[in-house]
Amino acid sequence: MKAHLTRRYKFSASHRLHSPALSDEQNRATYGKCNNPYGHGHNYKVEVTVSGEPDPETGMICNLADLDSFAERELMPRFAFSNLNKLDSFRNQVPTTENLSRELFHLFRDHCRLAKVEKIRIEETMMNSFEYAGGRELRAE
Amino acid sequence: MVYLTRKAEFSASHYYHNPKLSPEENQRVFGKCNNPHGHGHNYTLEVTVAGDVDARSGFVMDLKQLKDIMNREVIDVLDHRHLNKEIAEFRDKIPTTENLAISIWNRLAGKLNGTRLHRVRLYETDDLFVDVYGEK
Repeated sequence: MKAHLTRRYKFSASHRLHSPALSDEQNRATYGKCNNPYGHGHNYKVEVTVSGEPDPETGMICNLADLDSFAERELMPRFAFSNLNKLDSFRNQVPTTENLSRELFHLFRDHCRLAKVEKIRIEETMMNSFEYAGGRELRAE
Repeated sequence: MVYLTRKAEFSASHYYHNPKLSPEENQRVFGKCNNPHGHGHNYTLEVTVAGDVDARSGFVMDLKQLKDIMNREVIDVLDHRHLNKEIAEFRDKIPTTENLAISIWNRLAGKLNGTRLHRVRLYETDDLFVDVYGEK
């Protein structure tokens, strides 16, 4: 039977929401406090969901230690304690958590070969969260 | 269609070991979880059922019945047990969170007084959980 395994990682980072396509007034009107030129930060909680049939030899969809190693190698050094605006990923797009969800989905799906990556979910604060599954609808599961 | 979720907790111990692998391979694949003396978790189980709301009762399913079935089929069986040593199916199957969630699905499916089981979500820790939706 297929199972979906979700692993949660946490990191803190800063960002400023500001679009060069908008005037300063429009930026303030659109992003409000998030447009503060000095930026602000969040404790992000990232959930990575992978799926598959558990391997009969190991009982696992993918080895958690390997998934954690991937995150330690590819996710944490780039994103933890970073200013998201300074990253290559956000040179041409605003570092909203919508866009961060897409970036992290592609990071895991394109580079982590351990299992099928289904979805990224990010809690920016305990009051809001974002999910991205490669553009497909989230199934009514 | 309305989805109803009931939560329950149980504590159990386990370890990961495949007798077909050498001790070195077991250590490499399973790491700390290979400790033969076992270790334990406080598991949190979320069972979601789906159905239409009954016009008379306003229920998808009577929560008391769901709670009783979860207790009888899952909690009473697994709580404060050593999964490898005391649960028959894990004598020759590794009690990973994946396999345990599937096992719980199989223990509940078809026993919910006609209500459809939609999802079993099993948290091993706050940072790790598995979802099972049955066979598609």
